[in-house]
Amino acid sequence: MSALRIARFVAAKDLRIEWNSRVFVNQVLPFAGVTMVIFAFALDADSVLQRVAPGLVWLATMFSMLVLVQRAFAVETADGALDALRVAGVDPRAIYLGKAAALGVQLVVLEVVLLFAAVVLYGQTIPAGGWVLLVTTLISATCGLAAVGTLYGGLAAGFTGRETLLPLLTFPAVAPVLIGATRAVEAALGTAGAVVSDGWPWVGLLAVFAVAFGVGGALAFGPLIDE
Amino acid sequence: MSVVELDDAVAVLGQFPALAGATLRVEEGEIVLLRGPNGAGKTTLLRLCAGLVPLVRGTGAVLGLDLATHRESIRRTVGLLGHQNGLYLDLTVAENVRFWGSTVGASDGEMQSAMQRLDVAGRLAGVSVSKLSAGQKRRTALACLIARRAQLWLLDEPHAGLDASARDELDETLRQAAASGATMLVASHELERAGSLATRTVDVVGGRVHAVIDDVDPRDPGSGNPPAAGVAT
Repeated sequence: MSALRIARFVAAKDLRIEWNSRVFVNQVLPFAGVTMVIFAFALDADSVLQRVAPGLVWLATMFSMLVLVQRAFAVETADGALDALRVAGVDPRAIYLGKAAALGVQLVVLEVVLLFAAVVLYGQTIPAGGWVLLVTTLISATCGLAAVGTLYGGLAAGFTGRETLLPLLTFPAVAPVLIGATRAVEAALGTAGAVVSDGWPWVGLLAVFAVAFGVGGALAFGPLIDE
Repeated sequence: MSVVELDDAVAVLGQFPALAGATLRVEEGEIVLLRGPNGAGKTTLLRLCAGLVPLVRGTGAVLGLDLATHRESIRRTVGLLGHQNGLYLDLTVAENVRFWGSTVGASDGEMQSAMQRLDVAGRLAGVSVSKLSAGQKRRTALACLIARRAQLWLLDEPHAGLDASARDELDETLRQAAASGATMLVASHELERAGSLATRTVDVVGGRVHAVIDDVDPRDPGSGNPPAAGVAT
């Protein structure tokens, strides 16, 4: 059976687990919302909030992503399922791609909710000309975040103290996504004097990052979980 | 063709030779009990047969596939069940079986049949695994092994963590599976229980496999000292 077909089963299984457990809806989304509110308390002034809103959206996304990644691998290790997948000879590239796809779906929902929160809480507006750039940025940044999160989630899954190890490994690796996605969304929203054309080079960076980590992650995941 | 054929097999964990020249043959439909003290090499023997530990020296084949060159293929044909069940606790019994079956392209009929065989197809099928008893989880794990068409079952301490009724339940399940032609290698310290299930018992001592004479009490590892150490057929 092809790796892509098995990846689809793995992604469907992860999304089914989230659907059954409601952890994403009942815990991760509220956590992301609370983070946005706390940022609003900390920065207070509307003008400051509108200017930094794109960066805050991506920071909240990354904090929430850590919770999602921890969860994605906690369900694999709770009863030895990740070991069982390895023992069953399931293609590790399929496991990686499937888990990254499921994480990506959840991240897209999260980002849309956070953008909506930025509009409501920070008074942010989205100009008509910025939608294409905004959507492209969300997709490319999500692919990069999902690729990195799944790779480091798999790496940390085998270690004790993985809860603290995961942020240490992940945040430096996703710094280019934070920078690129923030600049691109600033351009899409027209904050900090940016225009839409300023955003496309950053989208290019995000796409290159996503492809590099996606390919690298798929190749490295097998040896990582074998150790 | 034997299901398992090991000749002078050596497997190393780090620098330590966990298996030091093991020779063993297991035929189709057999339930072979591996007995021996902790650290004797029972788990390593199971993991070698599962293609998880490399064969350093000697020769070996599982289901006709060479352990030196076809470890990935072997993994797809065997099922290893250790202390953990390898289940997703937030999925239902049916969802678990469907997922594991789908990894090998099993049909809906095969998956349903696997659940029926392990008696988890009715009311239990829609119950979340996190709500099952230990024995029901074990049965679900075995249903997953069947759904993914494992031809050789490698069971490492299958009774561990189960209460008396769950152990009885598991024994009955394994007996039924054996009657249906499943081949099993069982490592256990529960010699009385596992011994009553097994069609043959072998000792694993110091990384070597010793044949045990059939009428020897399986609870006494010292009573089966073989005439030719390292060979069990």
